[in-house]
Amino acid sequence: MNNVIVYCEITEEGHVAEVSQELLSKGRKLASDLGIKLEAIAIGNKLDNIEKDILPYGADVIHIADDKRLFPYTTLPHAAILLKLFEEIKPEIALFGATSIGRDLAPRVASAMRCGLTADCTSLEIGDHTEAKTNTTYKNLLYQIRPAFGGNIIATIINPDTRPQMATVREGVMKKEFWPAVAKPEVNKLDVAKYVNDEQFVVRIIERHIESQKINIKNAQVIVAGGYGVGSKENFDLLFDLADVLGAQVGASRAAVDAGYVEHERQIGQTGVTVRPKLYIACGISGAVQHRAGMDQASMIISVNTDPNAPINQIADYTILGQVHEVVPRMIKYYRQNSK
Amino acid sequence: MPFRIIVLAKQVPDTRNVGKDAMKADGTVNRAALPAIFNPEDLHALELALRIKDQINDAEIVVVSMGPGRAAEIIREAMYRGADRGVLVTDRKFAGSDTLATSYALSLAVKKLAPFNVLIAGRQAIDGDTAQVGPQTAEKLHIPQITYAEELVDVNSKQITIKRRLERGIEVVRSPLPVAITVHSSAPVCRPRNAILVMKFKHARTTTELQEETKDYTELRLYRPYLNIEEWSVEDIQAETEKLGLSGSPTKVKKIENVVLQRKESKAFTADDKDIDLLMQELMASHVIG
Ligand SMILES: Cc1cc2nc3c(=O)[nH]c(=O)nc-3n(C[C@H](O)[C@H](O)[C@H](O)COP(=O)(O)OP(=O)(O)OC[C@H]3O[C@@H](n4cnc5c(N)ncnc54)[C@H](O)[C@@H]3O)c2cc1C
Ligand SMILES: Cc1cc2nc3c(=O)[nH]c(=O)nc-3n(C[C@H](O)[C@H](O)[C@H](O)COP(=O)(O)OP(=O)(O)OC[C@H]3O[C@@H](n4cnc5c(N)ncnc54)[C@H](O)[C@@H]3O)c2cc1C
Repeated sequence: MNNVIVYCEITEEGHVAEVSQELLSKGRKLASDLGIKLEAIAIGNKLDNIEKDILPYGADVIHIADDKRLFPYTTLPHAAILLKLFEEIKPEIALFGATSIGRDLAPRVASAMRCGLTADCTSLEIGDHTEAKTNTTYKNLLYQIRPAFGGNIIATIINPDTRPQMATVREGVMKKEFWPAVAKPEVNKLDVAKYVNDEQFVVRIIERHIESQKINIKNAQVIVAGGYGVGSKENFDLLFDLADVLGAQVGASRAAVDAGYVEHERQIGQTGVTVRPKLYIACGISGAVQHRAGMDQASMIISVNTDPNAPINQIADYTILGQVHEVVPRMIKYYRQNSK
Repeated sequence: MPFRIIVLAKQVPDTRNVGKDAMKADGTVNRAALPAIFNPEDLHALELALRIKDQINDAEIVVVSMGPGRAAEIIREAMYRGADRGVLVTDRKFAGSDTLATSYALSLAVKKLAPFNVLIAGRQAIDGDTAQVGPQTAEKLHIPQITYAEELVDVNSKQITIKRRLERGIEVVRSPLPVAITVHSSAPVCRPRNAILVMKFKHARTTTELQEETKDYTELRLYRPYLNIEEWSVEDIQAETEKLGLSGSPTKVKKIENVVLQRKESKAFTADDKDIDLLMQELMASHVIG
């Protein structure tokens, strides 16, 4: 057994993405459970200070592939680097963010190595497995737990025979945590020319418009979320007003995003972000299983809905039977009058 | 040699309407209890293929689907919307395949259709939900991939330019052909059925389906070969059996649980000003807000 490796995605701003830091935190625990090393790989351009973004999470080894052709991300060169590196260091587990990069890269690598890959895991644990037919016991496998079938089932998936055991995880699912024992990691700068060849640069990027991440609902303590029942973009402004006074962020269901009420970045749920706020105020949201998948870990849920039987009410701590555009202004008014 | 566009399409249970009876006692999904539909993003994939065909002289679209016999339904649906041919890759030995084994089988079917210029898949199927089959099939064919396509910018016999949708923006990329593309749900929706094509293809059948028909269409197929939806087995695509199905799948499902909604004790309020004030007071007193 060798190591747990995390692919560290590089953001527009040249930092390690949050999802990768979350995975480093998880990877650190898995590696410690297994008594093996945590390694990280960062691939990009101008990565001079990139270790700083990785160090606090306890990596033992940091591999860096730094070359001007490696940012922005394209599939083939990043895949080629990972394939050769994995061949050299033989990881036990390899983790990727379930981002547009991770979900493009991980399957390509898994296919080339003929390894199992589990998508969108919501939990990763170490455990044993006994194959009933052959009565063979596999020790210390990675249990990869994921929703599937539109969020209607939760499956535990294992890869008994192939290595690395590969998984992708969405942003916000794992918790980012500093590792107290500050190790002195080994930094391994890869000789990029040995890992890629010119043919891997056939897909050329001719234009990019990437917005810097302005909206960050993931870490919000309080979220005011709106659904299709909010009814209009104008009514959504009321939610922004409430969020303003409460110091909250505004989230949304997919139906609200699809209706054009708010930006996609605010979508919460299976195909959006996962949040764990102290308080979640769901306004005009029915509570489809795909939506709940992203918010049912909230400590407290308030539902404002005209339908007393909306599924969201079943997981709510407080329900208000009423129209969003009547209830929300009243909440704002009360808060303004009574907060110091 | 026509410019060949291959579309991978999967028939999926409509997971957006899963009822209680959709799970069997052994924890596996009872697909028969759910309506089977054209995977939504694969319809977007078909539309991209049609747009490429609109721009290229002498282009043909071949739809490939792997699944049980009834998946021929989506191949006919694709024909009604403009696909020229269809292949159903079907064999009991495919059952239980994970994405690696699925992409292995699909890549062999695609190879049998070579030479081809563009391979198009949906980004993700709504049942397995992995979004892995597209990139894995591309890797097995050793061709580049463009994921999350939203718009066709330009195409000619040598290269294609595609606008991709990313989390925080868009990217326009250009690739030589052949290439594999996966299509995002933000791409244009598929054009509807065309009445003339419905007439043309309504008797399109697989051989297995033909045997179940009461009327004999064998002769019709002789002078209208496009009515034949080809059926390919493991032998037809020359697959190694141990790379298929459960034995060819490195991922194993250890356990499956149904998601059950746990009802909480909730406090109900009305939209009355007094009620809302009471709730806000409670929240502020317990420092949940403020
Ligand atoms: C593969 C897949 C992935 C998905 N991923 C996500 C995801 O990540 N996130 C997500 O949210 N959804 C997702 N969905 C969609 C999900 O299934 C639902 O369609 C969606 O969450 C519904 O949004 P909604 O609750 O806003 O709308 P609706 O279901 O239309 O509910 C509107 C609610 O508003 C109430 N209402 C109406 N008028 C008012 C009013 N004036 N005042 C108060 N209440 C009112 C109604 O009673 C109703 O409960 C996904 C679906 C699929 C198939
Ligand atoms: C509960 C559960 C969890 C699972 N988890 C995993 C997992 O984590 N990892 C894993 O490797 N497998 C997993 N599988 C198996 C996986 O669902 C199947 O291999 C499935 O056949 C393909 O994966 P998908 O539905 O995710 O397709 P996706 O990869 O989401 O499909 C993408 C595109 O590929 C094309 N495509 C996919 N399948 C076909 C087909 N049969 N015919 C034609 N075109 C097709 C379509 O264009 C589709 O839009 C899981 C299965 C279940 C039931």
